[in-house]
Amino acid sequence: METFYSILPELIRIVICAACGAIIVFGNALVMGYAERKLAGHIMLRPGPMEVGFHGILQLVVDGLKLMGKQLVVPAQADKPLFMIAPLLAFAPVFVPLLVLPFSEKIQGFDLDVGLLLILAFASLNVLAILIGGWGSNNKYSLFGAFRSVAQNVAYEIPMLISLLAIVFMTNTFSLRDIAAAQSPVWFVVLQPLAFLIYIVAMVAETNRAPFDLPEAESELTAGFHTEYSGMSFSLFVLGEYANMFIVCSIATVFFLGGSSGIPLPYFEYSGAIWFLAKVYALMFFLVWIRWTYPRTRFDQLMNFCWKYLIPFSLVNLLITVVMVKLI
Amino acid sequence: MKSYFSELFTGAWSLIIGLKVTIKAMFRPIVTVQYPREKLEITPNYRGHIDLVKDEESGSHKCITCGSCMRECPSDCIVVDGEKREGVKGKALTVFTLDFTKCSLCGACVEVCPTDALDYSNDYELAGFTREEFHFDILKRLEERA
Amino acid sequence: MNVEVLEDERHHRFVLNMGPQHPSTHGVLRVLLELEGEYAMSLLPVLGYGHRCHEKIAEFKPAKSFMPNTARMDYLGALIYNHGYAQLLEKATGVEAPRRAEYIRVITSELNRIQSHLLWYGAYLLDLGAFTPIMYAFDDREEILDILEDITGSRLTYCYYRVGGVCKDIDDKFVTRTRAFIDRLRGRFPMYDELVNGNVILQKRLINVGDLTPQTCYRYGITGPLLRGTGVAYDLRRAEPYSVYPEFDFEVPTETSGDCMASFKVRFREMEQSLRIIEQALDKLPEGPVMAAKVPKKLKIPAGDYNSSVEAPRGELSYYLVADGSDVPYRLKVRTPSFSNLSVVPEMCEGMLLSDVVSAMGSLDLVIPEIDR
Repeated sequence: METFYSILPELIRIVICAACGAIIVFGNALVMGYAERKLAGHIMLRPGPMEVGFHGILQLVVDGLKLMGKQLVVPAQADKPLFMIAPLLAFAPVFVPLLVLPFSEKIQGFDLDVGLLLILAFASLNVLAILIGGWGSNNKYSLFGAFRSVAQNVAYEIPMLISLLAIVFMTNTFSLRDIAAAQSPVWFVVLQPLAFLIYIVAMVAETNRAPFDLPEAESELTAGFHTEYSGMSFSLFVLGEYANMFIVCSIATVFFLGGSSGIPLPYFEYSGAIWFLAKVYALMFFLVWIRWTYPRTRFDQLMNFCWKYLIPFSLVNLLITVVMVKLI
Repeated sequence: MKSYFSELFTGAWSLIIGLKVTIKAMFRPIVTVQYPREKLEITPNYRGHIDLVKDEESGSHKCITCGSCMRECPSDCIVVDGEKREGVKGKALTVFTLDFTKCSLCGACVEVCPTDALDYSNDYELAGFTREEFHFDILKRLEERA
Repeated sequence: MNVEVLEDERHHRFVLNMGPQHPSTHGVLRVLLELEGEYAMSLLPVLGYGHRCHEKIAEFKPAKSFMPNTARMDYLGALIYNHGYAQLLEKATGVEAPRRAEYIRVITSELNRIQSHLLWYGAYLLDLGAFTPIMYAFDDREEILDILEDITGSRLTYCYYRVGGVCKDIDDKFVTRTRAFIDRLRGRFPMYDELVNGNVILQKRLINVGDLTPQTCYRYGITGPLLRGTGVAYDLRRAEPYSVYPEFDFEVPTETSGDCMASFKVRFREMEQSLRIIEQALDKLPEGPVMAAKVPKKLKIPAGDYNSSVEAPRGELSYYLVADGSDVPYRLKVRTPSFSNLSVVPEMCEGMLLSDVVSAMGSLDLVIPEIDR
């Protein structure tokens, strides 16, 4: 019993953090879903959603209700357990990285020494979900989408990790809070511009967003890995995608854009979160912007770009960083 | 080696130019029309399905029941029939129907009409649940308009 | 190669039915693909889902009454299909359209051609995964549709030309709007260049994909922008001049590489040339009637066979009519460009990646109702 009381505060903390994580995941999906449709609309010279609420602001709520009310169709030939587990697997792991993100100096779930490793480990679970979903649907297009996704994610994790590793060498820590704090005079985007660029490209590929949206390339594979999904199981994939976008943009913010640093506001230990979110959503805007601008790349070109440009450049960058760290 | 880098830079530059175009578009006024809420004014020259023209003098139509339109129609979608009546020269029009499901809006009937009794309507919001809704009784439509 | 080995090789191939409902087949075309990994080892286009027996219909009604059907074959080049058919009957019966009517036909046909290319442009980029350009292209295309609607009364499947002229004269409003449109589209080309044509991703997707040689084109009877993309300057408006085209100064754009990028550029430059033709035609527009004075009501076609060819947006369109002396054709054969162009797909796309198949098929600018007429 004593042990129970000793861990009780930690348990309560976990529950509160998980609840906050859920708010972030769903709130982010609502905001991004709406923002993406509005921005896409205005890029295409049309107004986007306009009907539900003022300028369609409640559109996503209505869409969510509609998706919840829809029947979950399982194809007759599908592998049912795998088919059902895949959306959960895409959605559930996104809560863990949120626990270690330092939204401001004081707002952070847990400050782990291995925060970065935790995030990267859980972020790569997404690939597994897509693979299982694509295989379990027993659909040829889904299978192609799944295979593409695995190859793409495995390849782009390498430059992503190496570019982040350069920062880790500079700060000597995996703890996200310490990394954010290490940028008090200058942000690392100034010191490591190449790593930043490589990370941005890898980040787009990791989240399967256009122009690297090959796993769901709708003109080739109808809808890729989620061809057979409907209703809530489809929306879990979407929620997972938006949450992943939020996570990779948060990592970029922590590693390159100074985390919550910015013009001081009152109670800065807490209100720094405003700056943090502003930076994250600026990056998310960039993701949306490029999605509605570029055509899709071809699969072999995507791989070529990774192996011929990103990995050599990130290695050179890492090498230079190591030498500089040693010298200074 | 040189081409390796030049390709990278020209490629990246072309991508940046593309971004410039879309961000400019984002601040341009929208060009679409929110259809059921606002409607574009349709040109008077629009060729919808046919209608009988109302004759100003008699208050009725000008059709002499010659049946030219019926014969000219490529899809046989017009039916005209008349009967002999006291005091009316020729035949009086009793039936004028258009099967709009078959009509291809070519305008042959309007052009062939010797008395210019036919004209195009401007109706374009046509939707229905059954085929029968598109079997228009043109004569009745004229009476309803009068 | 021994047959058993072939069977064995095919055994582990992955058969994928692309279509009849698929986002990039633009209608009801089915392509039977045999894939190894993502490489398409064999392709077979399967046709007939949208067949409506247009040629047979022509044998059952007066030749004049077939005009609206021509527009339904190729809904994007309806006026050009009208043009070919009107020309065919004029040739057969000796009716001559007045010069003003011919000028109006050229202006409206060229507008129709630009409209078709703009739609192809948007849809093609949608195939390649760019969502935005189609909206910009439709913004311009809408202007053409409005201009043509004001004259012809319809927006897509026009029935505007008649044997012996056109059914309605153009007015000053049409002329001013068309001139304004020419300026507008010319001002838009740099934007298209910046957003799409210079984009490195697009270039990588198009260059050296779907290579064609003039010899392949001759073998399959490929015409239109695809043939001109291989360096052959074959355009019926120049090669077999019809209507009043010889009176205008325009180029036949060609490229030499023969890949998807070549036909992409050719179509783009064709839009510019069409604008030039329209501009000249508007300047030179003669006065006079738009309908021949004497067109017999019952159009009896003297026995014999007649042919008329025009340059449709996708290539050479020919009508071949066999008449037995009555007003109903004995047989009408329509040679549509997309049908021949599609037949090259198995050869062109063999061994390509799935993404390249989509890009190569998009560069053919297929309009399925024209293939399955």
